[in-house]
Amino acid sequence: MTANVRPYVEARAAKGLWAASRFLVLRRTSQLFFLALFLSGPLLGIWIAKGTLASSMTLGTLPLTDPFVFLQSLAARHWPEGLSATGAAIVLACYLLVGGRTYCSWVCPVNPVTDLAAWLRRRLGITVTAKVRPNLRLYFVGAVLAASVLSGSIAWELINPVTALHRALVFGLWFGAGGTLAIFVFDLLVAKHGWCGHLCPVGAFYGQIGKVALLRVTADNRAACNDCMDCFAVCPESHVISPALRGERTGAPPVITAGDCTVCGACIDVCSKQVFHLGLRGRNAVRPESSMTAPVPAARVVTSQPAALERDLP
Amino acid sequence: MSDPNSSIPRDPRRRKALQDMTRFGGGAAVAATMLTAFGVSSRARPAQTLRPPGALSEKDFLAACVRCGLCVRDCPYDTLKLADWADGPAVGTPFFQARNVPCEMCDTIPCVKACPTGALDHALTDIAKAKMGVAVITSRETCLNLQGLRCDVCYRVCPAIDKAITLELSHNARTTKHAIFEPVIHAEYCTGCGKCEKSCVLTDAAIKVLPVEVAALKQDEHYKRGWEEKAKAGGALVDAPLKLPVRRPEGGAP
Repeated sequence: MTANVRPYVEARAAKGLWAASRFLVLRRTSQLFFLALFLSGPLLGIWIAKGTLASSMTLGTLPLTDPFVFLQSLAARHWPEGLSATGAAIVLACYLLVGGRTYCSWVCPVNPVTDLAAWLRRRLGITVTAKVRPNLRLYFVGAVLAASVLSGSIAWELINPVTALHRALVFGLWFGAGGTLAIFVFDLLVAKHGWCGHLCPVGAFYGQIGKVALLRVTADNRAACNDCMDCFAVCPESHVISPALRGERTGAPPVITAGDCTVCGACIDVCSKQVFHLGLRGRNAVRPESSMTAPVPAARVVTSQPAALERDLP
Repeated sequence: MSDPNSSIPRDPRRRKALQDMTRFGGGAAVAATMLTAFGVSSRARPAQTLRPPGALSEKDFLAACVRCGLCVRDCPYDTLKLADWADGPAVGTPFFQARNVPCEMCDTIPCVKACPTGALDHALTDIAKAKMGVAVITSRETCLNLQGLRCDVCYRVCPAIDKAITLELSHNARTTKHAIFEPVIHAEYCTGCGKCEKSCVLTDAAIKVLPVEVAALKQDEHYKRGWEEKAKAGGALVDAPLKLPVRRPEGGAP
């Protein structure tokens, strides 16, 4: 376990600071960028995006609506007017291209909070965690849609801490940020990646889009893997890695196809052997073994597998 | 009868899946029930919080409003606010409190135009037809006009003066020689903008705007007003004055 307390050390030494934190910097920039679009209006009087992540209007022309909110509205038997339908279609189309849960890691304002909780967990060596299987959140999506039908209201928006935090930041409704604080404590002390990884129905919904989305992370250089396990330490959904990374033996493609993958690129950053890259679904060509580093003997991969599974796989 | 010992080895994954289904399914059912209860209870909005012009009925509004705040952004008078947890209406939904900032009834109704979902009905194009609520004299015992004084402020500020609020004259029985000018609200014309409530000179406003479903109720269809029926028919509906039987115990003529 101790090896994973500082997972980035090896990557920094091998690739340099920038290459080992590129995606982290890009993601934080992206999160700030999307927030700034909404904040420039109330703070500076320059209106770019009006509204919230639930539904917005950019520069008076581009409507965007969260398809999950839209779906709940349909379940509550309201047939929304054209503008929100168009907005939901645009958002859906975008995430079909750029990866589904990219919403979670590149846009969602709760992500930096849960990332902080995960980082603190590693640093403080907190290993106790409630075991919750990742598919619980799918049941939760079902519960939310059922509640929308039964109550005739957009049920999740009554408590959704994601939009509540966004409203807190953009509209100054600070009570709404309380949910985020609860998520932080939950993620830090109760369950590792508990909220985003096991509960949040918004992420689960985008995960369904991610199952067919085009942009993916691929372990196309998996031959270079030296089993340091750093990617498993930093990945918020570490169960998605194995099928692609260890796929050599099973003949599985190197592309991470699971919808749960948030395309955060942490594995790309943390890997000192440059095993992972951004890629497209269906592009399954594997890099030749000589491309980056000397190949690791296949025997080592096999022998280290059981120990690795015991240690880090959920 | 099959031998229990020779059964086909069970797939442990099947057991796990069934366990998941019952445990998570149960959890999801509990979550759905709680969310449903919360969703239904969130329809109960405090009477002093009003919805923007064109808002659907509260039940339909909560099915339609995505809590985006676009109406709030486009309100030029900062009348509309998004509800925080402590405000009363469902969190994230737009509302206003007439006593704080009433609706200025913009001709162009920018809040309705901004709504992407139709939670604010785009069919509302004439702000005079808005029904944000209906004004009611909630405190007859403190309203200055009803004490026989001439305040008239609610009447004067009403954007639909002499239609939504009229002053009805009656005899002041206390002084015996003065009049009482009672402000009477006509729900048909009242938009619920809240100007009257905002400007009531009393510390606690004697006139308040209440939600339509509380204050502007429809008369039952089966109650017919004789005088209206008479006007409609163009004459009396019965031929002659009715002859009623005399019921005095002694009988006979009065």
